[in-house]
Amino acid sequence: MNVSSVKGSMSISSSTSTWKAGDTISDQFPAGLRVLVVDDDPTCLMILEKMLIACLYKVTKCNRAETALSKLRENKNGYDIVLSDVHMPDMDGFKLLEHIGLEMDLPVIMMSADDGKQVVMKGVTHGACDYLIKPVRIEALKNIWQHVVRKRKNEWKEFEQSGSVEEGDRQPKQSDDADYSSSANEGNWKGSKRRKDEEEETDERDDTSTLKKPRVVWSVELHQQFVAAVNQLGIDKAVPKKILELMNVPGLTRENVASHLQKYRLYLRRLSGVSQHQSNLSTIISAQDPTFGSLSSLSGLDLQTLAATGQLPAQSLARLQAAGLGRATAKSAIPITLVDQRNIFSFENPKLRFGEGQQQHMTNKQQVNLLHGIPTTMEPKQLVSLRHAAQSVGNMNMQVPPHGPQSSQNNPLLMQMGQQQQQQQSRGQILVDSTINHAPRLSSMGQPILSNGMATNVSSRSGIPENIRAPGYSQTPSMLNFPMNHASELPGNCFPLGSTPGVSNLTSKGAFQEDVNSEIKGSGGFMPSYDVFNDLNQYKPQSWELQNVGIAFDSSQHSNSLQGNLDLTQSALGQQGFSSGQMNGHNRSAAVASKAMFSTGNVKELRSAQNVNQHLNNLLVDNTIRVKSERVCDASPANIFPDHFGQDDLMSALLKQQESVASSENEFDFDGYSMNNIPV
Amino acid sequence: MESKHVNQQIAAMRQSFFDELEDQNNPNFVEEVFTMYFRDSTTLLETVEQAMKTISITLAKMDKILHQLKGSSASVGANKVLNEINKTRQVLEKGNLEGTKAGIWEMRKEYDSLKAKLEPYFQLKQANSVPQEK
Repeated sequence: MNVSSVKGSMSISSSTSTWKAGDTISDQFPAGLRVLVVDDDPTCLMILEKMLIACLYKVTKCNRAETALSKLRENKNGYDIVLSDVHMPDMDGFKLLEHIGLEMDLPVIMMSADDGKQVVMKGVTHGACDYLIKPVRIEALKNIWQHVVRKRKNEWKEFEQSGSVEEGDRQPKQSDDADYSSSANEGNWKGSKRRKDEEEETDERDDTSTLKKPRVVWSVELHQQFVAAVNQLGIDKAVPKKILELMNVPGLTRENVASHLQKYRLYLRRLSGVSQHQSNLSTIISAQDPTFGSLSSLSGLDLQTLAATGQLPAQSLARLQAAGLGRATAKSAIPITLVDQRNIFSFENPKLRFGEGQQQHMTNKQQVNLLHGIPTTMEPKQLVSLRHAAQSVGNMNMQVPPHGPQSSQNNPLLMQMGQQQQQQQSRGQILVDSTINHAPRLSSMGQPILSNGMATNVSSRSGIPENIRAPGYSQTPSMLNFPMNHASELPGNCFPLGSTPGVSNLTSKGAFQEDVNSEIKGSGGFMPSYDVFNDLNQYKPQSWELQNVGIAFDSSQHSNSLQGNLDLTQSALGQQGFSSGQMNGHNRSAAVASKAMFSTGNVKELRSAQNVNQHLNNLLVDNTIRVKSERVCDASPANIFPDHFGQDDLMSALLKQQESVASSENEFDFDGYSMNNIPV
Repeated sequence: MESKHVNQQIAAMRQSFFDELEDQNNPNFVEEVFTMYFRDSTTLLETVEQAMKTISITLAKMDKILHQLKGSSASVGANKVLNEINKTRQVLEKGNLEGTKAGIWEMRKEYDSLKAKLEPYFQLKQANSVPQEK
């Protein structure tokens, strides 16, 4: 940790005299940390106070949550960290946690003698920085300063991000990352991406670390202003920028609003989560056809509600998580995840989502999907989920919903994404990308739709879905698996298991490609009959290339630099050694573009890429959404799936799929290109 | 001389009981803590025992009280008591009323023994500090 910078930041926000720049304080750090302890049990309170004093902290204790809140409110900058008990008579510890998070944005540590997983999970989802089991050891208390530092560091990063937004395309993405990371203390998914970003930011941060970063305290009035602005905009349209404008508070930065919005969304999710979750679940389940019909219906039904709720309730998340872990409610979990995905994407500000629970949700959901998929080979599901995601992103009227989530369908559908969705999709892309980065492969498989917000050309696909649907369901898992399998299959190309985010994005795309193909195969050969599928197959090779290109794409995000993509693709293709006749410029660019889209979250690019891919010979390297949407969606789902899922799992899944994929590959009629040629 | 001997005794007892939080700044800290603990936990324990006698008590309430007891005991380091509490809670969760009663009885036993062990220490300390003040 950079003590000096920490101290610097500390001195900014804290008024205690113990924090002096430089000199001897560094040895004593974190001495003087101002801790507020809340616990209804006086014995515990006393012991904790004693221990904290022994750690050289400055301690204030309260035995009631109300007292604690009022103390915090009257002295906004008076405390660095809060320790709260979970079970308190006057107010639930988690509620207090939420309040503090929303109003003061202080790190909060929960304590309890209860070490049940559900309770701990609740703490995590409510935004607690840590959870200590009583009896609290003094060693654990000695360590709590890390949470303060971490939070400050993330705030700094946000702060710096805001300054560089105008600098280029890259910045928004970085700021997204920053936003993500700021609230992602509990999320591990973003680990790699965040690390990467943090590395990038380090230099910047070091330079600006000496700058005073005014700490924004969310007073009740400010928060009310914020809520009013959000309500005015509409919860799903509330972007930090607009909120900032509406609030018109001098000195408030977009990042402040963004992180606050994240928390607020989490809070709302929790509030409405249970009921929504229930309704969603029931809708999903009831709507479900033999397999995942509900997903599609869900999309139609609950887009609104989902959008409204925005985020899966913590419970659902927990559920999903549990489901994912236990594969118990895979079915329901998947719909939920789909829903979540949709919700996620429906929010215009995906960052926030990802920043906080979203990612978690995504990952959780993804996990579930993955898990679900693996055992049950639910391709359709994946597609559906993808579709849903895409739909929510694009807020498209899902024509697809009626059709099964068949993966194959999704792909074509994705292609249909309308241009108008680009904006949202790009956001979704970004989101997806971020998620993808964390969870490559799988996401790409199913979620073209997610990113592109489902194309309008669903109608054309409608026929397909139905056909596929029947056998499709069994496919779904394979879909999920495919990405993984593909990944394994294309070790060199597509799936940089655990590779850099950029690459992973591509790989997911590549995986998607394969997945699509394989899925198609899985569906009993429906695919081949469809042009889309054929196209997809053809694109497959490209997807691999995209992997390589992905890295390049990352650098050229948001820009519709298909040219660049093309170059990349072509170069990548060259590397790959693809010599398929079909791998013409269009295709390649499409492939590349689609990949790029994924990695860069640039829907436009993706669209063009997909389109190209989809229509090998027909698509021009334009920004038509068609094929791309599929691609994009594919990528996004894959991305959505958290790394958390486990590379190992993916690998194994992929390996499993390899065989199927390989066989599927052969089936596809690549012009002059066969899957076998693809270097794996 | 005598006081010195007593002091040593106290110190020895202290060491055997408490390893943490013995603070020179506040030698009475442990005393305070345990005073509080015993005060609260006595009440809690009695409530629990009362509850067992009444029929109207709900399991949830019981669990809550036991949880409180658990937290306190854990914090002061009363491990044996803590173990008994945990056992009782588990039995309670299963809904076994009789078993819960037995568990509570065990808890009471451990609690009393803890008290018995600590009381001499505190008394000694108390008695010892008084003459010193003079």
